[in-house]
Amino acid sequence: MRVFSDRLIALVFAIGMLVGGIGIGHAGPYEDALAGFTTDEFSDTADSVTAVATSGSPLAPALIAALQDGRLLYSAKDKKVFIKTADDKLLDAETGKPFDGTPPDDIDPVRVNNRLRGVIDAANGALTLMAPNPNHRYEAAQAVFKSREAAVLPALDKALAAETNAKVKKALTEARAAITIAAEDSSAADKVAAIAVVSARGDQDSMALIESLPANQPPEVAAAAKAASAKIQRTLALWNTVQNLWYGLSLGSVLLLAAIGLAITFGVMGVINMAHGEMVMLGAYVTYVVQELIRTKNPALFDYSLAIALPLAFLVAAAVGILIERTVIRFLYGRPLETLLATWGISLVLQQAVRGTFGPTNKEVGNPTWMSGAFDLGGILITYNRLWIIVFTGIVFVALLGMLRFTRLGLEMRAVTQNRSMAAAVGIRTARIDALTFGLGSGIAGIAGVALSQIDNVSPNLGQGYIIDSFMVVVFGGVGNLWGTLVGALTLGIANKFLEPFAGAVLAKIAILVCIILFIQKRPRGMFALKGRAIEA
Amino acid sequence: MKSHPLLRLLDRDSTLFLVLLGAFAIAIPVLNLLMPDGSFLHISTYFVSLFGKYVCYGLLALSIDLIWGYVGILSLGHGAFFALGGYAMGMYLMRQIGTRGVYANPILPDFMVFLNYSELPVFWYGFNSFAYAALMVLLVPGLLAFVFGWFAFRSRVTGVYLSIITQAMTYALLLAFFRNNFGFGGNNGLTDFKDILGFNIQSDGTRNALLVISCLMLGLCFLLSRAIVTSKFGMVLVAIRDAESRTRFLGYRVEAYKLFVFTLSACMAGIAGALYVPQVGIINPGEFAPANSIEAVIWVAVGGRGTLTGAVLGAFVVNYAKTFFTSGFLAPYWLFMLGGLFIGTTLLMPRGIIGTYNAWRAGRNEVLEENAKSAALEDGSAPSAPPRAAE
Repeated sequence: MRVFSDRLIALVFAIGMLVGGIGIGHAGPYEDALAGFTTDEFSDTADSVTAVATSGSPLAPALIAALQDGRLLYSAKDKKVFIKTADDKLLDAETGKPFDGTPPDDIDPVRVNNRLRGVIDAANGALTLMAPNPNHRYEAAQAVFKSREAAVLPALDKALAAETNAKVKKALTEARAAITIAAEDSSAADKVAAIAVVSARGDQDSMALIESLPANQPPEVAAAAKAASAKIQRTLALWNTVQNLWYGLSLGSVLLLAAIGLAITFGVMGVINMAHGEMVMLGAYVTYVVQELIRTKNPALFDYSLAIALPLAFLVAAAVGILIERTVIRFLYGRPLETLLATWGISLVLQQAVRGTFGPTNKEVGNPTWMSGAFDLGGILITYNRLWIIVFTGIVFVALLGMLRFTRLGLEMRAVTQNRSMAAAVGIRTARIDALTFGLGSGIAGIAGVALSQIDNVSPNLGQGYIIDSFMVVVFGGVGNLWGTLVGALTLGIANKFLEPFAGAVLAKIAILVCIILFIQKRPRGMFALKGRAIEA
Repeated sequence: MKSHPLLRLLDRDSTLFLVLLGAFAIAIPVLNLLMPDGSFLHISTYFVSLFGKYVCYGLLALSIDLIWGYVGILSLGHGAFFALGGYAMGMYLMRQIGTRGVYANPILPDFMVFLNYSELPVFWYGFNSFAYAALMVLLVPGLLAFVFGWFAFRSRVTGVYLSIITQAMTYALLLAFFRNNFGFGGNNGLTDFKDILGFNIQSDGTRNALLVISCLMLGLCFLLSRAIVTSKFGMVLVAIRDAESRTRFLGYRVEAYKLFVFTLSACMAGIAGALYVPQVGIINPGEFAPANSIEAVIWVAVGGRGTLTGAVLGAFVVNYAKTFFTSGFLAPYWLFMLGGLFIGTTLLMPRGIIGTYNAWRAGRNEVLEENAKSAALEDGSAPSAPPRAAE
């Protein structure tokens, strides 16, 4: 807020300087109002604030902001008002130019009390309604909509007449309707019209506004309010569904990212890699290390930190994965249960190694500017980091799909998945495919870690939080193809988010686990199982 | 193999095991209760409880070995049955506290008063009776295993799929028991026990008695398992482990065999949990953690799967190592040790301590007898025959 008001002052002064020679200097409502600040009476100050706000003078915002911050000074003797800038220079409030000369000795800040603060806020709102930046005008209109302050009505009407931006105009119309609804004295016909405007808006605030109508309304108003309320309710329910879908999609994409590497290794090699979660964790720590290096060496690169971390995380995790495959897993072929135990051991070692190196506490990984913040889409708030993770997951998925479909390695991987001995018989070096598959799966886990570092705590336990969910995705989706993993991840994510409002997060998770356990009874090899005539797969 | 059934039941290893177990069960209480404090033969009460704890772990390992070593079912959720048995016992112990709790409520345990329960939940009824609680110790894990196994084995969920969903089962229970409104004390679990069957749970006498009972149960369960695996029934189990489809094609109801052993094994795990709780004095949802179940599997692997004695030995060895490592300056390295155990055992010693020893001895005998054959054994103990051979 402080930054905002400072910028506003700077802006207004810039304009003030430009038009200063023409517009200012002649006595007008603004200059007349200044006198009220010098009397040291709250009521005079309040009148002056309103007068200044409606004067239309380009200096008004700066003056009101100064008053708010206690930087508006006056001299009762000289009947002069000054604005003190942030760097302690005095400006003549009348002209907005630097005051040269000795300041009067009885100079004092204009006092403000609580009632006056309310007046100042309203004045600010009214002023911002005319601000040059359409975003500021929009914000101000929203603020008026929420406050429903009838005193702003003249300023609002003025702004509405002058407005050219369609979005802001709509917001202003809605704000005006809100005031009409809230006001005691507006006519029934006006109120009905206003209710129509507000119900078209259809969000939580409109709902609250219409609900807040007193009971003793004329019948047509009451009927309109009731209809509008039902309509908004429907809109809200719809948006709620959309919101759940969005959260589900977001969770599903995270699950997909964490599980897809697991699905590939499980499909090709028939082994469950219990250390998969630790590959995700390694990826997240690579991001942390990259960001630390950037912070100390070249902070300007911070926005590119993820782009730098991505290939590094892939390489680090893939290298560790291939190392594991070459030193442990390849000796355990044909013994999937022992592989499971051995990889669990590896996960313990990796966790403890990271804990020893980086400490057990959470590490801070920052969001680059393009990943922080959020925007409204209709009735829901969309954060950029979630959005980017969904996009990123989509890219990874498509890339992987293309790799499996169009490259030599992909072809060989599919061949080994379908029939290992036949693949070996036609000359595919299955051992090499195994190592590369394991490296690929681990590498993808690594880049999943880069993404997860943006939304989760980076700690040695990061991987543990995802591993069971990832298993569930793989078991549910089957290992036949990547689409199974996609469907599995999104189904689990969305089902989880739709159950949460009814059952709470923990019960939703339990319900999902139970459902999967039951589902496995029906389809023991998941939704998209490999078709074949094998008796033991 | 025509020999007297009793001889088959009690081979050299089993006899040695039972004799050792009996010796411990007698010697430890004697040395704890009868030897004066200063004597170098005196054993501290701490050690009595520690040993009792190991015996319970040994029983859990035995139950896992029965299904993993002989039927090839790798359950990563056996900790859940252990914990359920523990909770059943814990509920009995909670009801025994009576008015001695902080809130002195004669009916409601402290945590229920704290959470504003007005009356005892239905599933707590009857737990003031030891007989009922003891029945529940068997029934609850057994029933869960029966239902779970009935679904899983009937639809032929095997191998890693089964391991993963047993892990999901214990994870779901972990989440459920962590909830405060689930009626089992939430994340604090059940604790502050006062007495069991009227005996003070803290007294030396009770602790020694619990140890003796634990050893007795372990011995009984061991004999039962031994009887199963040496019978014709046991032969079928091993056949299922080594070639499930072939056994099915020969006309055996594979599901029924698996279900029976799985349920029995869960009951044993429940007993282990029930004996564990009074000796450590607390049961909380942490016992359901998937990591605990996997750790129990590694005890079996270290000792030697498919040997029964090895499972118990493994539980003792690994847990002693854990106690030793985590209590000293070596604590940060324990997880490295444990991880290394997982990797090392599966890679270098897949038959475990007992299995490797037996193989070595068998190899030596062969050398002595035939004086020619190489001592190298082909790896016949790997449970899954060439995994994709059937394709």
